[in-house]
Amino acid sequence: MLLEATSLSRRYGGIAAVDAVDFSLHEGEVRAIIGPNGAGKTTLAGMICGRIEPTAGSIRFENEDITRASAPARVLRGIAYTFQVTSIYRNLSCFDNVALAAGRWITGERAVAEAVTEALARVGLSGDAARLAGVLPYGHQRLLEVAMALALKPKLLIMDEPTQGLAPAEIVAFCDLVRDVATSATVLIIEHNLKVVLELASRITVMDGGRIIAEGTPDEIEQHPAVKLAYLG
Amino acid sequence: MKSFALHAGILVVLFALQFVLPPYHHSNAARIMVYAILAVGYNVLFGYTGLMSLGHAMFFAAGAYGAGLGIFWLGLTPLAGLGLGIASGFTVSAIAGALLIRSTGVAFLIVTLMLAQAFFLSILYFNTITFGDQGLVLTQLAPIGPFALSEPWVKYNLALLSLSIALGVSLWVSQSAFGKVLVAIRENEPRTRMLGYETSLYRFAALMISGTLSSLSGALYCLLFSYVGASFASLQYSTFPLLWTLLGGAGTVIGPLIGTGLMFYLTDISSGYTSSYLLVVGFALVALTLWFPKGIAGMLRARFFPWLP
Repeated sequence: MLLEATSLSRRYGGIAAVDAVDFSLHEGEVRAIIGPNGAGKTTLAGMICGRIEPTAGSIRFENEDITRASAPARVLRGIAYTFQVTSIYRNLSCFDNVALAAGRWITGERAVAEAVTEALARVGLSGDAARLAGVLPYGHQRLLEVAMALALKPKLLIMDEPTQGLAPAEIVAFCDLVRDVATSATVLIIEHNLKVVLELASRITVMDGGRIIAEGTPDEIEQHPAVKLAYLG
Repeated sequence: MKSFALHAGILVVLFALQFVLPPYHHSNAARIMVYAILAVGYNVLFGYTGLMSLGHAMFFAAGAYGAGLGIFWLGLTPLAGLGLGIASGFTVSAIAGALLIRSTGVAFLIVTLMLAQAFFLSILYFNTITFGDQGLVLTQLAPIGPFALSEPWVKYNLALLSLSIALGVSLWVSQSAFGKVLVAIRENEPRTRMLGYETSLYRFAALMISGTLSSLSGALYCLLFSYVGASFASLQYSTFPLLWTLLGGAGTVIGPLIGTGLMFYLTDISSGYTSSYLLVVGFALVALTLWFPKGIAGMLRARFFPWLP
């Protein structure tokens, strides 16, 4: 088991955004979390990557307790995160964006440059290394953020709504990229686009009202009555 | 390499200037260089890390009083006084940094302002030791080796040497991996945390460097101009480095020096014509922010020299 969260909760005042959730990930899988707005998907992902502190429960990563570890410490353990709203350094070049990620664990200018070149090539932005990140088209900014995550050489990559705002053609390319990433890392995707989820995920977790209401293979989830009711309508 | 040559060149020009400047401007230049160290220190925090402080008077005064009180009460030599001044600034920076570890943005601004005001009031409160706002005049400073501190050329070159150190630190910050992380924090702190950087530690380190450089400026001021007063800790001395840095170009190594020199002469020249010289300075600042919002060095970088650090 790569990741194991036990009765994880996050309360905001009287509201339980995530309510005693048990959640685990196997190494190498592509997992998707789906659910309506306010289901607690982003809060759950936030607790896994350390951006949000849980009010109860524990998280283990590679059999070590990381419940109290800070977000940067978790990144060093191999948990990378891409934001729901694209978060890059708009005033820095694409190269420098990725170099900040690679530089966190690689020393030596040449080694960093190699890692940056490799990460940019993997997302198809080789030609844009010298350009300012802020001038890239939106879809490419998303790819840049993935390149930054890849340069961290994560064991677990968490992507929060990665296809939001992408054109259909870009989504197809993005799915290919995720499949490529999945060969070297476990991937956890929070996604609204059900077509993307059914195509990519090896397992799907369905959340509603802060709880997990179903979990299974894409086929099982499509047939699940509670899912049809809560999510597909 | 280019940037190293540029800054070395500027220092060489400053060195050569002392042989051609008339006495009045010679002494101004020494004063500007001392103030510029404060601005260079301020810029490490404001320009590179993106944290706006309104409390740098505290670090400046910590340096000045550390040196002044050490020399006056403990009978230290000027050099030891300088050391004590920097050590005081270092200590005050560490305390302030620990208190500010979670503060950014407006909270940072307010807490630094509050700390500096508390420092200012403490100086007034302990006036039996500090002589309050009347200040402390140091007479007959001992020479440093064969060099008498009353000699203009000694003042000038001591200021230049210290400025070189400050600019060297600033240049290192701008080129180093550490400095790149500071810029990353300025540009997008949540992203930087999620790349694995414990950003609060970087902010703390930036404050330490910035505060300690500022205290070097204060301690040097005490040595060269033989005076320490409570006004050094007043709000005015916190806004000065902010204005100098903005004018010269925040986030450039050379900007703070340009801004300090320009503002000094703006005040100097306009006060020769009118008693309301601050009005002239104010208009000049408004004009500059309108047309050069990135400051002078920032504008030069944007238009002509993209490699300027």
